[in-house]
Order: sequence, then C-alpha cells, then structure tokens
Amino acid sequence: MPKVSMTVNGRAVSADVEGRTLLVQVLRDKLALTGTHVGCDTSQCGACVVHVDGKSVKSCTVLAVQADGASVTTIEGLAKGNELHPMQAAFKEHHGLQCGFCTPGMVMSAVDLAQRNPDPSEHDVREWLEGNICRCTGYHNIVKAVQAGAKAMAAAK
Amino acid sequence: MGAEGIGAAVRRKEDFRFLTGRGNYTDDINRPGQTHAFILRSQVAHAEIAKVDTAKAAMAPGVVAIFTGTDFAADGKGGLPCGWLVKNKDGSNMQEPPHPVLAQGKVRHVGDPIAVVIAETREQAKDAAELIEVDLKELPAVATMAEAVKPGAPKIHEGGNVCYDWHLGDKDACEAAFKGAHKVAKIDLVNNRLVPNAMEPRAAIGDFDRATGEYTLYTTSQNPHVIRLLMGAFVLQIPESRLRVVAPDVGGGFGSKIYHYAEEAIVTWASAKVGRPIKWTCERSESFMSDAHGRDHVSHAEMAMDKDGRFLALRVKTDANMGAYLSTFAPAIPTYLYATLLAGVYTTPVVYAEVRALFTNTLPVDAYRGAGRPEATFLLERLVDVCAAEMGMDRLEIRKRNFIPANAFPYQTPVALQYDSGDYQATLATALKNSDWAGFEARRAAAKKRGKLRGIGISTYIEACGIAPSAVVGSLGARAGLYECANIRVHPTGSVTVFTGCHSHGQGHETTYAQLVADRLGIPLEQIEVSHGDTNKIPFGMGTYGSRSLAVGGTAIVKALDKIVDKAKKIAAHLLEAAPADIELKDGKFVVAGTDKAKAFGEISLAAYVPHNYPIDTVEPGLEETAFYDPKNFTFPGGCHICEVEIDPDTGVTKVVKFTAVDDVGRVINPMIVEGQVHGGLAQGIGQALLETCVYDDKGQLRSGSYMDYTMPRADDLPSFDVATQITLCTHNPLGVKGVGEVGAIGSPPAVINAVVDALKEWGVRHIDMPATPQKIWGIINSGRQAAAE
Repeated sequence: MPKVSMTVNGRAVSADVEGRTLLVQVLRDKLALTGTHVGCDTSQCGACVVHVDGKSVKSCTVLAVQADGASVTTIEGLAKGNELHPMQAAFKEHHGLQCGFCTPGMVMSAVDLAQRNPDPSEHDVREWLEGNICRCTGYHNIVKAVQAGAKAMAAAK
Repeated sequence: MGAEGIGAAVRRKEDFRFLTGRGNYTDDINRPGQTHAFILRSQVAHAEIAKVDTAKAAMAPGVVAIFTGTDFAADGKGGLPCGWLVKNKDGSNMQEPPHPVLAQGKVRHVGDPIAVVIAETREQAKDAAELIEVDLKELPAVATMAEAVKPGAPKIHEGGNVCYDWHLGDKDACEAAFKGAHKVAKIDLVNNRLVPNAMEPRAAIGDFDRATGEYTLYTTSQNPHVIRLLMGAFVLQIPESRLRVVAPDVGGGFGSKIYHYAEEAIVTWASAKVGRPIKWTCERSESFMSDAHGRDHVSHAEMAMDKDGRFLALRVKTDANMGAYLSTFAPAIPTYLYATLLAGVYTTPVVYAEVRALFTNTLPVDAYRGAGRPEATFLLERLVDVCAAEMGMDRLEIRKRNFIPANAFPYQTPVALQYDSGDYQATLATALKNSDWAGFEARRAAAKKRGKLRGIGISTYIEACGIAPSAVVGSLGARAGLYECANIRVHPTGSVTVFTGCHSHGQGHETTYAQLVADRLGIPLEQIEVSHGDTNKIPFGMGTYGSRSLAVGGTAIVKALDKIVDKAKKIAAHLLEAAPADIELKDGKFVVAGTDKAKAFGEISLAAYVPHNYPIDTVEPGLEETAFYDPKNFTFPGGCHICEVEIDPDTGVTKVVKFTAVDDVGRVINPMIVEGQVHGGLAQGIGQALLETCVYDDKGQLRSGSYMDYTMPRADDLPSFDVATQITLCTHNPLGVKGVGEVGAIGSPPAVINAVVDALKEWGVRHIDMPATPQKIWGIINSGRQAAAE
C-alpha cells in the first residue's frame, strides 16, 4: 500500500492508501476533515474543491498519491479560529448559502478566483463558478457574496 | 419589529458551522465498528429474477454479509408503505401493488435494489457486488405512459398498469358550459420529468444497540418522525420506543428526501443481523436511479370562453406517471395537490379534471418542489396565453378580466379549495412596473437590430401550501395527520431551546424560528437555540415539505409561546404581588402595568426552577411547554412572475435576460431568507423550462443518469433576479404567514415558456414543451426559414 505525506491546513500528515484512493477520501476518511463534500461522481459539482499548492482543484478527481508532498488547504483551514475568512464572512453577509452542502467547495473556488481577479464582474463570477453546482440559492446571492468577498480580500491585503 | 424579531433580515445562526466545514451531514457520521453497504441494483427496466447467487461474492475480502429480497421476506418484514389512498371514479380503491424493500421475483425499473453487500470498507462491498451472479429473464418494458395503456401492454403489476382513474368537479355542468361557449381554447402539453438532485446524495446509517435492543437510524430525511412511523410500524415492526431516527444536517431535499426509502430499512434491519453499524452512502449516478423523480404529466386542457373572454369552464385530462411503484405520497400529487389548483387566480365557475395515474418501468415519481402546483400552474398559465391568442386579446387584459377580485375573499373555488386572501391585481401591477413591461417593445426592437429574438412572458399563479386540516386530508385519503409540534424549553438561567418537528435542510429554521421567540419573549437571538431532526429529542413532528414550516410549524411555536408567557405571567404576578391579568411582557421584562415594578425574563425562569418563593399551590415548577397545531386551512401564496428572454436564432440558445417576481407569501419573518427561497425556486423553475429533463429510452434505460447528461442549472445559465414581496396576510394563522419555499418553482416555468413562445411568434409557434432546448428552438426556426425560402 503506498504511503502519502502532505501538509494539510499547515499540519504534516501521512496515510497509507490504496492506489485508487482519492484525495477527498484521505481528507474525509483518514483525517476526519468532513467539511469537504462529495456531491457527484463525474467531477461536475465542485462540492469537493480544496486548494492544492494554493490553487483550487476538485479533490474527487485527484488521486491521493498525486497529492504526495503537496500543501493542501481545506475549508477547515480557512478561518482563523472563530474569525471567518473574508470570503466566508461575505457568504454569511450576503446569504450565499442555504443547505450548506455545496458551500465549502463554493468558498474554496471563490477564494481562488479572488486571488486571480480581485475585482471580478458578475459575468466573471458566473463563468468561474461553472464547475460548482448549487441547487438551493439560484446563485444570485453567491455571485454577490463572491464579488464582496473578493473586494474584502483585496482590502485586507 | 425589534432588531432581531419579526421582519428583520437577521444573518443566519447556522451559517458559521456550514462555512467552516463543521456541518454534520449523515455521511460525516461514523459509528464505532461501522461496516459499509453497497446495493446491487437492476441494470434493466423489467425482468424476472431467475437466480441471485451470492456464494462467490460472500467469499470476497472484507465481506460481512449479503442479503437479498428472499432473506428480507423470510424474516417476515414488510414492503414500503404508501401514505395516501386515492379512490377511482367509481369509488373503488386505487391499485396499490407491493413495493418490496429488496426485489422479490421481479425487477421493475433500472435501479431496483436486488441485493445488499455489507463489508469492512465501501470499496470491498462494491468489489464483492461485482461477483454476485444475477440471472435476469428480461421482459418487455413499459417506458412511457402511452405504452402503459396500449392494449396488450406488458403488465408491470398483476392488476395492470393503471393505478387509479380519478376525477374532480362537475362534469355535467362543464359539458353544458362548453355548449354555450363563444370560443374554446385548447392545448396539449407535457410537464417534463425531473430529477430533484439535492446536492447531498442520500445516506443512511443503521445502528443496532445489542445492550438495549434499540435501533438508531441516521438518515438524510426531511421528516424523521414520519420515517420512524413508516419504517417502524409498516416495514420492520419496531415499536417507536425502541427506534430513534436522526436526520442531522441535510444538504437539500426539494421533496426527494420526504419519502421512506428502501435503503433506510435495509441498513436498520441488517445492522441487527450483523451486530454492527452499517453505513450506506449514495453515489450521484446511483441517486439518479434511486431517488424519487418529479412531475411527468401529459395533459390536454380546454377553456370555454364567452364573447368577452371571460372563462366559463375548464376541462382537463391528465395522465400522471407513478413509475414502477408508489412512493410515499405519490398518489396525492396529481390529484389533491394538482387538480384542486386548476381554478388558479381566476373566477372560472366550473372546472372538471380527470386524472389517470399510470405505472411504467421507471423510477417512482413523487413530490418535487411545488408538487402538483407547478403542473397546474404551467397548464393554466400556458392555456390562458392561448386563450388570449384565440380571442385576439391582450395577455394582461384577459388575466385582469378573469381575476378573482380582492374583495371576493374568502373565495370558494369549484375545485374544493377556499382561498382566504390575495390581491392579484396588485401583485400584477407591481410586477408590470418592476419589469418595465411598458418598455418591452422598445427592447424587443433593439434586440432585433442585434439579430436576437426577444420575448416576454407572464404568469399569475396561486398555490396551496401549509397542508392542511388533518380531518380534511384524512377524508381525502391521507394516512397521516398534518399538524405540527413544538416544544419550548426555557432553561433556569433564561436561555431557550425550541424543539420543532419540522426539519431544516437549507430553509434557515434555526434563525427564523429563533426570531419568532426573540420577538415574543424579548430576549436576544443568541440566547435561543433551535433543535430539530432527532426523534429522541422532539415529541413528534411531520417534517418539512409543502412550504409548511412557518404556517404550521411556526404556528405551533407561537402556541407553545402562548403557554410559556401565560405561565410566566403567573409566576411574575406572584413575585410582584400583582394579579396575572395586570402583568405585561415588554422588552424581555414582566412589568406590572402602569408601574415601574418589573422582573426580568431570567428572574422568572430561575424562579420556575428554584421555586422558593413561588405560587406552588396553583403553578407547577419548571417552564417548558408543548403545543400541537393542526391548521384550519391551506395557505395560498400567489403572485406574478415576468420573464424576458433573448433567443439567438442561429443557435437556438435562449438566455433569460430579466426575471421579475412579485410574490405574496404572507407576513415575512426574515426578508433575506425569503428572497433566498424565491431565488432558489426560480432557478429550479427556469431549469425545468429551459434545461432539465429526465430521459428514458424505449427499453426503460435511464439515459440522463449523471451530471454529464442531465443539465443542472449553473451560475452562467441564470441571470440575477428582481424579486419583491407584496403581501396580504393569511387570515387563519396567528402570524399571517403563507409560505415561500415553492413559489419560485411554481410561478416561473410558464413565465419562461410564455416568453419563449412570444419570442418565436413570428414563426407561428403556439406552444413549446419543456425544456425549450436550443435543439428544439433551432429546429423550429430552421424549418420556418426553410419553409419561407421555398
């Protein structure tokens, strides 16, 4: 059984995995980081988005062995204690979540967008979120939240 | 209103855990010693099971046990029950065929469960399932309702393919009205089959406690008490006292998580057999073939009109697909939640509806956001546009002319319901203003210059929710009551826990319910917690669906608060040496009216639990009250949705460029949450109209079985929405609330299709079935262009 080692939310971890084990399975089943969700099996919904070396990826589509040596940030690694990250705070302020299931992936994806584009237009946000499906919000408030969160992140720099 | 009370856009209490990854969904739960289940399902639509040989699979690594339908039946366990009995026209009962938990003798749809493999890991269970030898003798499949009623069609059940043949309304009066009609407008339409697709796939964990003999089921359910009742009483024969059902955080439902599903019974039953907890988590492709689907009606409707375009009578014939088995509430959807809404917002004096429910070799079909009312609204609002075209009248004028006037409430419709309040002219007027309806032709002309076809469509809808007096639904065939329960526990130091039988899976109950309490008791929101989803904590409950949580569940909370305040006043009166009638509750203080003598809320709660100086002869210690509320009527949200689309004639792609909704949802407790509910409903309605559809081939094979081939609405498919509320109060509940969960999905589909038809009117289009895909629209335009060229 291969052994993988990575840094997850700043902590060095390692796990024995099968060759077919996915990154999301390591996060959820081995590390009990259940904030990263699995909403589909065709790499469409984006509920599983985490950051690998700073960039958003769908952790259901990455083998754990591919993430060997990487630095992974999950939704659990975003807030500082009880202080929400600006993107998380913007989702709360703008009611960008309802059932909460797609939310971790949405937030992680949005943070990556904001790092690339500190002032995204509504069009930019909608295009970027093409790989994240939400069934509750109709995206209206997610779009507002992402724009506000991006601004807040830029202002906090 | 206070800063946190009724009417305040309070930010949600539940958001912190969801935003930080601390939500606790069923698949996040792991029990000590847990095993994993994988369910082997039929890959064909209709077959006799000749053999299921599990011997080889049982030897596979990690396998703990394998069970089939034979094992389940041998243990004397039952099938999945149906919660609603509909009668045929002749008064006889509908056909109610058995619905085995694991298939017995036959499989009847793709996805029908055949066997369950329980293993140490999920992967081992899945690997072992591939070693099960299943010998199926394939039978001809009935893939469509048209096939189901053909003479000589293969029989899915012994009693044939008709579940019921039901009707509502006065047939003779209807025929007479049609004879006197000036004009008759007709339409044939399909309400497309949808897959609900809550983002959290279903999951269940069965956990049998050998020490106590108690069972716990963790499940992705909208109504844990209902699951406990159905599974305990009808399937597994476990008394409620030994069965706990927990529905923790649930990632969306939209109806699909109301029903009692086979997997819940399988893991609960099998956990006792193997003596270990068993977790089952659905994969998305599996949920496409195991979650109940929605809609799937085929209808013909005719409206008789007088010379002024007044509606004289409506007659409707609908075939409704039940799928292969009856899901929990399936028979009620095309009858009592559909035909009863066919008067709509109009004064049509006579309505006659005939509904046939049919079995096919497809997944069971049941309530999906709106459940019957979107089907009624789509039919009616498409037909009204056809009426206007038939009469050569303006679409708005024909609606205005037929609206139930604001002074006519309470209004008795010819199809059983009595509407309590509404003002349809007012919601229409606001929507016309907000959408700039008057400026549309200029926008259409501008679009034409850009080579685009622009259209505008309207829908003026009503729906019925907050279902409904138990005695009434009982007389209509419901096998359950539809009240709600609330328990308010004031703790000694003045914090409060609200226990509700409703269930939040995105609706924000933890905030909205807390606002009701904060408003009434005058205590801060942070002192109030809302608890739901656990049958061991909450006395009883019917759960959340049909936009009932506020109208029914919220009213139960109000009733429990009445009792709390009443008791607290007696305690305060004793402490303040005044009469209870003189005590007022103001800003969280009990005050002797007209004086400055007061006791804080926390002083009263403490006295209730430390009753040293206390009216002990007349008042019991403690401060906790339970209330059950049985609604007096349905509630009737309504409103007006206006959609504007632009179609690219070269590609057939339709873009919703503007969507305006004005909804009357009764009193608004949290406007932020209300708007969010409307947004989500609109996305699902627009999705149904333009993108989504569930496709079976002629062998009953599911063609749209994943997100690769079922078009979920994505961020770049939708516009931002212009939503507003314009309310009339519900007259029969103390909050005046109506409900908001489903209005978006109910009002929007006909607004979208009316807009598409309007955009395509130069091509002679009178109707287009949903979803109005680019392929369909391009086909219409292309054949129009070819015809013009010839």
